[in-house]
Amino acid sequence: MALPKYTETRYRIWHYFYIAICTFVFIFLIAPLFVIFPLSFNAEEFLVFSEGMKNLDPDAFSLRWYKDMVYGTKNPWGLAAKNSFIIAIFATLGSVILGTVAALGLSSRHMPFKGIIMATLISPMIVPLIISGVAIFFFMAKAGLAATHTGIVLAHIILGTPFVVITVTATLSGFDHSVTRAAASLGSNPVNTFMKVTLPLILPGVISGGLFAFVTSFDEVVVVLFLAGLENTTIPIQMWTGLREQLSPTILAVATCLIVLSTLILISAELLRRRSERLRGINR
Amino acid sequence: MSSETKQILTTDGIPLEISLKKAERKNKIKAFLLVAPLLLFLIITYIFPIGEMFTRSIDDKMITKMLPKTFKSMETWDGKELPSEDVFASFLSDFKILVEKKEHGKLAQRLNKEKNGFNTITKKLFRQVKRNKIDETQSIKEQIMKVHKRWRNVEYWQAIKRTAPPYTSAKYLKAMDMYLNEDNKITQVSEDRRIHRILWLRTVEVAFFVTVFCFLMGYPIAHLLATLPMKYSNLLMICVLLPFWTSLLVRTASWMILLQQQGVVNDFFVMIGLVADDNRPEMMYNKVGTYVAMTQILLPFMVLPLYSVMKTISPSLMRAGKSLGGTPFVAFWKVYFPLTIPGIGAGCLLVFILAIGYYITPALVGGASGTLISNQIAYHMKTTLDWSFASAMGLMLLGGVLVIYWLYNKLVGVDNIKLG
Repeated sequence: MALPKYTETRYRIWHYFYIAICTFVFIFLIAPLFVIFPLSFNAEEFLVFSEGMKNLDPDAFSLRWYKDMVYGTKNPWGLAAKNSFIIAIFATLGSVILGTVAALGLSSRHMPFKGIIMATLISPMIVPLIISGVAIFFFMAKAGLAATHTGIVLAHIILGTPFVVITVTATLSGFDHSVTRAAASLGSNPVNTFMKVTLPLILPGVISGGLFAFVTSFDEVVVVLFLAGLENTTIPIQMWTGLREQLSPTILAVATCLIVLSTLILISAELLRRRSERLRGINR
Repeated sequence: MSSETKQILTTDGIPLEISLKKAERKNKIKAFLLVAPLLLFLIITYIFPIGEMFTRSIDDKMITKMLPKTFKSMETWDGKELPSEDVFASFLSDFKILVEKKEHGKLAQRLNKEKNGFNTITKKLFRQVKRNKIDETQSIKEQIMKVHKRWRNVEYWQAIKRTAPPYTSAKYLKAMDMYLNEDNKITQVSEDRRIHRILWLRTVEVAFFVTVFCFLMGYPIAHLLATLPMKYSNLLMICVLLPFWTSLLVRTASWMILLQQQGVVNDFFVMIGLVADDNRPEMMYNKVGTYVAMTQILLPFMVLPLYSVMKTISPSLMRAGKSLGGTPFVAFWKVYFPLTIPGIGAGCLLVFILAIGYYITPALVGGASGTLISNQIAYHMKTTLDWSFASAMGLMLLGGVLVIYWLYNKLVGVDNIKLG
């Protein structure tokens, strides 16, 4: 942002001050993620930059913590990763199906009691997680689903659907309903219309809602801590126990993998958002 | 011409109005059926259990079921002097049943919560009953009173009477460091035992300051992102979105590394000469750690709503303000800032709501002075197993959040939440 030549000195100073503040905030936001990277390749057991690392000595770096993560004898990361992925995938599927169908109903202009129903459907996102955790635990304990994968999947569906509902309703707000009427007038039944016409058009919204649901489930720890038994341990639970007891470099290796994963998710979410905006742009 | 004679008919002879209403109703049902599965699922697995938290938090039926006859005969007792023979007799018969069911321990525990000293005297009575020392042909009142001097004290009988109602507000009072005393008046617990009020205050304080910090840091960068040309702002947006998508635990872990005494932040302070090497400040396991980590974690939730509002403000408005003679500061304050207020409201309330229920980060970087009410709820759920107390505190927190949520809905509308 170049300043015009006639800018007074005090506004010039203010402008540079503003740029400095912004730079500081951006560093504050992103720098913590980059600390983990180099430290996860540390050859030593301490969580500080060793002299060797500061001098970029190749011997100071190693992959030992990544090896430990994968092959470590007592390491629970394998089981945790498997559980995390299974739970997240099923929870995402459930959230996407329930959430998309509900969003279709919600964006119909005939929907009765829209406000209160929307508020109810979004409530798991607004209610503090700790309270959701207590309530869901009471239900699962009664239903005999505590310490089972099913119970955790159901819990994550509860927490994930608000995101799907929000993103899909947002996509549907720019949706041209005359295309479904056109399909119906051409003799297509509602299910066929949905699969062939509506779904392809709102797919970016559905997928980005699904991504939110996936991340919510994959990263969720508060509710899982109430529900999970030893068999159902997940990556967040293992990280939580690890961080509470002792910060080991293996956790940093896991964290690095998670950052890579979130980068991939970010890229796909951004691409989807742009595609969705493009599609909506055509409709306007 | 009246409207009845001029009614418009559809082709099948039904009045148009009725036919339209029918179609409308059909559409309503269709729309509702689409929402029904999720709504039903949430009501069963989520809304009902939250309601159950409420019944659990006020439930005191256990003792009502244990001493049915006693409470019945106590109905006529005025509660001023020792109760009559009748009350003693029914208490003994209730107690005998409990001894048979081996539930007298539970009774002692519950009564001891009401008034200290019940444990001992219930045990004594239990021994007498077990040895069949109590002769039911003689005055039971006299015999029980001989078991321990406290059974002769009217205060203990008053305490029993106080437990009669099946519902209690005790858990809620306890969460506010209060209790009902002998005269059924709300009293504060002694000064050294007031722990919960500190936690509530600290929770609100942390949530408030985190919101303020997020606003102070989020506003400038949201403004920069909204005014920069697309190709730069897209790049900088990654700095906001990447933390947003990254695991909470990963970010907490990185703050633990950064803030430790030999950590990068302290290294940096030593390097620029701010602090001495042997006098590195403690930045973790206290409030500083909680504030820093929570601000960074919640900052994207402030930036994104602000950005989406600022993006819609036309830059020509600021130019118009300046061309009408306002200095840049005046133009900003009088034109730009008021237009961003919806975004500020959304961002602040979102951050505040999230911060007030925070659990993981304070538990990891907060130490003892950084724990919040959520940590206390988790502690009672998992360690002391006092679920009714945890429920009571959870519902109080929920009440606060719902008030804020209602405000948010009034100011911004829940369906205006945008993500990413």
